[in-house]
Amino acid sequence: MPPGQTPSQTVGPFFGPALIWPGTETLVRAKSRGERIVIEGRVLDGDGAPIGDAMIEIWQANAEGRYDHPDDSQQKQLDPDFHGFGRVATDASGGYRLRTIRPGAVAARDVGLQAPHINVAVFARGLLKHLVTRIYFPNEPLNADDPILKTVPLDRRPTLVARAIENAAEPGFQFDIVMQGDSETVFFSL
Amino acid sequence: MMPRDIYNREAPGAHPPYAYPEYVSTRKRAPIHAPIRIVQTLSEITGPRFGRELLRKGDDDLTRFNGSEAIGERIIIAGRVLDENARPIPETLVEIWQANAAGRYAHEVDRHPAPLDPHFCGVGRVMTGRDGAYHFTTIKPGAYPYPNHYNAWRPQHIHFSLFGPCFATRLVTQMYFPGDPLLKLDPIFNSVPDSDARDRLISHFDIDLTVPEYALGYRFDLVLRGRSATPMET
Repeated sequence: MPPGQTPSQTVGPFFGPALIWPGTETLVRAKSRGERIVIEGRVLDGDGAPIGDAMIEIWQANAEGRYDHPDDSQQKQLDPDFHGFGRVATDASGGYRLRTIRPGAVAARDVGLQAPHINVAVFARGLLKHLVTRIYFPNEPLNADDPILKTVPLDRRPTLVARAIENAAEPGFQFDIVMQGDSETVFFSL
Repeated sequence: MMPRDIYNREAPGAHPPYAYPEYVSTRKRAPIHAPIRIVQTLSEITGPRFGRELLRKGDDDLTRFNGSEAIGERIIIAGRVLDENARPIPETLVEIWQANAAGRYAHEVDRHPAPLDPHFCGVGRVMTGRDGAYHFTTIKPGAYPYPNHYNAWRPQHIHFSLFGPCFATRLVTQMYFPGDPLLKLDPIFNSVPDSDARDRLISHFDIDLTVPEYALGYRFDLVLRGRSATPMET
């Protein structure tokens, strides 16, 4: 009989010393290709209270829209100075900040082209399994035809689109993650 | 029509729901809407890979820290990381963390009035071998109370974090010990609906893994979502 999947269990509140390695909130290096961006936001619970013990992981394509992985066979260049994985813990106010590059558009198997996006996994005490969402970018023409966004009811799509931060020293986007309630972020099952 | 899946979906009953009110912390953190099922694109079937340059000497042995030996019962935790087709998952990162023998984490948020051990940090990291095998030497963690309900105690456990081949195979879980009387009272363990799946979280005592005159051995295999098709990208 084939072995069954090992169940998920919560990351709990004490993961920091093990999982938060120095520097993983900065994906961009001096020689990374592409537009440097900051992504920041807060993780909030069903009462709008900050979640100060969450961990956010991101996985994204490089500036050309290529993932650093053998199963990405798109004819696009890899960037030896960008690998696409980031990890950050939230602070006491539920806040997080990541420094990365703006990803390019990515193929979507036989369902078309995907708009530039960043894949997000959220872990926390009280989450028996992690949550998955995506960060899309505002004023991006490809959003209208994105095959994943199109599966989301129209009124909930805005929860997946980051907000441009005006007058920032470097291009910045705000993306809050609301776990529960009226403005609940859209989460996905893969 | 959706393209067919590259990786198996979550097996029914094998994973906890988000909302499980007996585990009080889920009440304000579990989404109300069900997650939206999406096609597995390149974004889901790729994922981060890590190399051995991440590892330092001693990352697989938690029994020594700051130049001296930790207090407690030494144990070996070993097993294999497999997919659902029983194929080993080689060269994948395995991260663990745990309380010390007294049930206290070396973490500023842990206020349980049990002693800290200056020679135990409770953090380990290895890569699986070509056969998917991993191996840690550590200290058996103590049970500890937590503010979930009256007289709530977590069973002895070790946290595991694994990536596997892609974003869709990511798994964070906990390993328990056989015969622990707290298991039947623990809402986190019991949040897994299927009892066979739940039992897969319990390690097995293994006399062959046990090192004479040194440490008891516990075997714990981890099974990540398997591949159901080959990716065909253009």
